[in-house]
Amino acid sequence: MTGINCTNLIKRYGDVVAVDRLSFQVGRGECFGLLGPNGAGKTTTIEILEGLLEPDAGEVQILGMTWRGHDRELRQRIGVQLQETQLAEKLTVEETLRLFRSFYHRGRTIDELLGLVELESKRRSWVGKLSGGQRQRLAVACALAGDPDLLFLDEPTTGLDPQSRRQLWQLLAQFRSQGGTVLLTTHYMDEAETLCDRVAIVDHGKVMAEGSPRQLIATLGAPRVVTHQGTLEDVFVALTGRHLRDE
Amino acid sequence: MNVERGGAWHPLVELALARLREFVREPEAMFWAFIFPILMSVTLAIAFPGGGSKPVLVAIESGTGADRVREALQHAPGVTIRDVGAGNEARALREGDIHLLVIPTTPPTYRFDPVRDESRVARLVVDDALKHAAGRTEPWAAREDPVQLPGSRYVDWLIPGIVGLNIMGTSMWGIGFAIVQSRMRKLLKRLVASPMLKREYLLAQVGGRLVLLAPEAGVPLLFGVWVLGLPLRGSIAATSMVCLVGALAFGGIGLLLASRARTFEAISGLMNLTMVPMWVLSGVFFSSSNFPQAVQPLIHALPLTALVDALRSVVLDGAGLAAVSRELAILAGWGLGGFAIALRIFRWT
Repeated sequence: MTGINCTNLIKRYGDVVAVDRLSFQVGRGECFGLLGPNGAGKTTTIEILEGLLEPDAGEVQILGMTWRGHDRELRQRIGVQLQETQLAEKLTVEETLRLFRSFYHRGRTIDELLGLVELESKRRSWVGKLSGGQRQRLAVACALAGDPDLLFLDEPTTGLDPQSRRQLWQLLAQFRSQGGTVLLTTHYMDEAETLCDRVAIVDHGKVMAEGSPRQLIATLGAPRVVTHQGTLEDVFVALTGRHLRDE
Repeated sequence: MNVERGGAWHPLVELALARLREFVREPEAMFWAFIFPILMSVTLAIAFPGGGSKPVLVAIESGTGADRVREALQHAPGVTIRDVGAGNEARALREGDIHLLVIPTTPPTYRFDPVRDESRVARLVVDDALKHAAGRTEPWAAREDPVQLPGSRYVDWLIPGIVGLNIMGTSMWGIGFAIVQSRMRKLLKRLVASPMLKREYLLAQVGGRLVLLAPEAGVPLLFGVWVLGLPLRGSIAATSMVCLVGALAFGGIGLLLASRARTFEAISGLMNLTMVPMWVLSGVFFSSSNFPQAVQPLIHALPLTALVDALRSVVLDGAGLAAVSRELAILAGWGLGGFAIALRIFRWT
């Protein structure tokens, strides 16, 4: 059974086509990365898959189910971290986790969640007093509250220091070791190379290339890799161009 | 501890607790809820002192005969003479610094605004005093029997109005701002991405505030009873019930107003658009019977009118809940209607 199966997704905002006949599959237990420059349609795609946005056309299957008719069941089984969410500043870490945990029929205890993201010492701190890395860990803990089968992470490590990034990577490795499926978006190629079994490079709402990081690097061919070992970043720039993408 | 939810309570409880915690951790919100109604009551108590009648404020234009008029009015009961200075009379009349200007012609001329009640009273009092001084013989000296019933003063009538106003204001602002803030911070989007039930979220926004209703309505009410001598003739249970239904009504309306707004400017505009007409129309500060007969059905359908009328009946007349069932039904209608529409049109993302 597949984790995610989306076919020919289209989403328009007025004249702008944010997602343009996009298709990919993610197998159970796999970690799949959506890479792309700003404005490529990554967030729109992930929000369609999360059932937060209705696509104009195309089909979405999550854990073998469609959103229509299985909303309640699917929400119990997925975990979501959104790019822009700011959790309530005047609730403590523990209160925030209790709130999110209360929505799920199954899952870890509050203490287990605190331990998982190493926020035990911040249990009684207001969210507003946390550092960026601590907030992000709390967001991931909220996503893990229901012990999900499938985790959606939208730029989970953007703006984090290297220690926090690595701590999150470790957390994801642990989640995957228990059979969890992950879909994430990221700007960091090293992150994609480390975490993802397969990636899709997305631009202008289309999949430009798809495969394992190693396969994609191999497609660059020998001549390009003269001065250094080829990286996923080389692939990315080769596919999406060198001009700046200001949103 | 609830094992099924990993130590968390029912989502409705957790959502309401979160709402309540955020509120009590916001000092400004506490000010508006508790201190503001007391300040308002004190100010009004000073502005409208309970005992005795207010003197009429009179100025005398200078000129021949002014001294004679002053002589006559100086010892007249209930008249206070104010010197506003030559040329300032028109402004003083407009500002309410004086109620009447006497121009010492023969016979005297009274300049006043007949629309103002206190000016009409001033005309009668001054005319009476001047005629008496001019040697009018009185047919009789009537005996006076001044009534000082507690509960019949203006301030007694006013306090239930202030309580109603406070319930409306705190319910609507509290719910409206909290929701718009959560929407702006994309917290609503994160919550609907979880298995949270939308109706439970909306219910908790109203329910989380009800805990605060006791102080919000109780503080101005008890201030009235202890400091201003307001008689509380109805039962505590009936008074609480009316406050509770009122808070639910304005909670529902607050949800409805906040259901689409994306900015604080938008929600503030909607709140003011809804509340300011009721401040004027619903008979909080002056009786709504001043408005034309044709708009009375509309005025009585307003939630604030229903709440204030019900509170006055219970507090001042000792009415039971059955006697105010019509008002309670109007309030329940607003609350349920607001909730149902809000649930349908609410913007989560």
